[in-house]
Amino acid sequence: MDVRAAPVAVLQGLPRLPWLWAGAGAVVLLTAMVIGVLVGPAHIGLGTVLQALVAPSAVDPAQASILWSLRIPRVVLGAVVGAMLACAGAAYQGAFRNPLADPYLLGAAAGANLGATLAIAFAPGSSLIGVNVVPLAGFVGAGAAVAGAYALGQTVTGLRNTTGLILAGVAIAAFFNAIQTYIQQSQTNSVRQIYSWILGRLVTAGWEGVLLVLPYVVLSIVVILLHRRLLDVLSIGDEEVTSLGISARRVRLIVVIAATLGTAAVVAIAGTIAFVGIIVPHTVRLLVGRSYRVVIPLSLLFGAAFLVLADTAARMVAAPAELPIGVITALVGAPFFIVVMRSTRAAAL
Amino acid sequence: MNDVVLRGVGISYESEVVISGLDLEIASGEWLALIGPNGAGKTTILRAIARLVAYSGEVRIGGRAVAGMGGPELARRVALVMQQPHMPEGMSVSQYVMLGRSPHLAYFGREGRRDHQVVAGILERLALDGLAARPLDHLSGGERQRAAIARALAQQAPVLLVDEPTSSLDVGRQQEVLELIDHLRVEEGLTVIAAMHDLTLAGQYADRIALVVGGRLVAVGSPAEVLTEPAIADHYQAQVRVMQMNGSGRAVIPIRAHASEEERR
Repeated sequence: MDVRAAPVAVLQGLPRLPWLWAGAGAVVLLTAMVIGVLVGPAHIGLGTVLQALVAPSAVDPAQASILWSLRIPRVVLGAVVGAMLACAGAAYQGAFRNPLADPYLLGAAAGANLGATLAIAFAPGSSLIGVNVVPLAGFVGAGAAVAGAYALGQTVTGLRNTTGLILAGVAIAAFFNAIQTYIQQSQTNSVRQIYSWILGRLVTAGWEGVLLVLPYVVLSIVVILLHRRLLDVLSIGDEEVTSLGISARRVRLIVVIAATLGTAAVVAIAGTIAFVGIIVPHTVRLLVGRSYRVVIPLSLLFGAAFLVLADTAARMVAAPAELPIGVITALVGAPFFIVVMRSTRAAAL
Repeated sequence: MNDVVLRGVGISYESEVVISGLDLEIASGEWLALIGPNGAGKTTILRAIARLVAYSGEVRIGGRAVAGMGGPELARRVALVMQQPHMPEGMSVSQYVMLGRSPHLAYFGREGRRDHQVVAGILERLALDGLAARPLDHLSGGERQRAAIARALAQQAPVLLVDEPTSSLDVGRQQEVLELIDHLRVEEGLTVIAAMHDLTLAGQYADRIALVVGGRLVAVGSPAEVLTEPAIADHYQAQVRVMQMNGSGRAVIPIRAHASEEERR
């Protein structure tokens, strides 16, 4: 069919990344990271921080050590974890066409919790190939739970619809949670440590944690970003997607694998921090629209900023003690989300 | 050539046979209406041509078997307008129509200048250019139907499958949509296969009509050959009058089974 060339060069209504919001996100992230680096038991001024960034040798070695071994890696880890969880949340919501989906939908959190609980209870302090066994077990547990949910969904419904897959995820999560609770209750010595892991934390010494998760996070985010047009296509439903020559199942599988890989990596290091994967993409959606071409890149920026700020608050609120970061993300995130929802008067999410 | 050929097509859902032994040939540029009582299998036939259901037998488009085509290749040959297409809330008309360019893009591809031109041309042609930025959920019934057709046209496929194009539209919008499809068929040489429940509209717009009952083809031919009072009474269990309109096909008018004495006189 020959359609005549249009005289119109610019089509109205196509999603474009709003540079104003992207710029605002970058500024918020940068500010959050600076605040995160400044906050801590030892007073280190902004001038010292800036000097440490450009000329580390000119700074007092003790302060430089605090900055480069503790605060900066922690803030960077917070940004990486926040970006990953928000991006994975948006990806899951697109893949399942479900606004309530989050990175833990198919049992990643339950799997990670079980893996970490097993490691904390039965192999405390051990390591495998130079890596602490707890994050390794969390990573394997998260991956195993999602793989199990996919296999179960395939067996029961043949993956004809996403509902079957989601239900399989619910079943797997319930099963893993039951085992985890049993182990937790029977190993009273490690209950506190297990709880602390489940509620999430960004404790890190040096760059080990960042370097450990970075390859998975980069791979995951690149794959999800490459799929952002296809996530918009998925929104018309599997059958119509098929009639456009695209396999909805294949897109969903690739996106879920990528999002799960990144989620498992950050959960293994930071624990199962809740709400980020739901609150951040929805806030972005309410502000700039629903296209994944816009939602995913902006969720990366705002997710990173959100978690860095949440971690800073977790360190400040009960200083010198630290609150679990998951408590802050829920306490601050939920009311903030309600304010955004009310102010934008969104009819539906 | 954009002809569509179905040979011995059979379709079953689990153990239930829905379509059996279907042979049909639709010539290039022809409008074939699929009619039949509810549940006869009209939509299923369209879904088989678009390869959305598994079938036995053979479906060929332009001489090539549908079964051997890749997904994007098939979508460049056949476009389907569903009876109730899913229109995501908040998505703009132009973004929705642009989805129709998917078969022309690589997996990770992005729309280019040509895709923008095609979509802009279609929006203008379907009088949707003024609504390009409007969210789909703010459209009227007729505008939604036009948007769905626009998305199918963006595929630039020579075969257009339309499932009940006029359901839930008022008489003015019904006429508007069918005239639009007919104009596109003539101007672009499209082959149109439409499942239609309104027999009068089928009799006025289609070149040929295929009557499907219980998954079997019971009659195929011109509107004059298929739309007869005995055939409709037999297969629809309906009492109708079929009238030849001056130069405008046939009209099928239901009559009350128990007309009053006054009406009979």
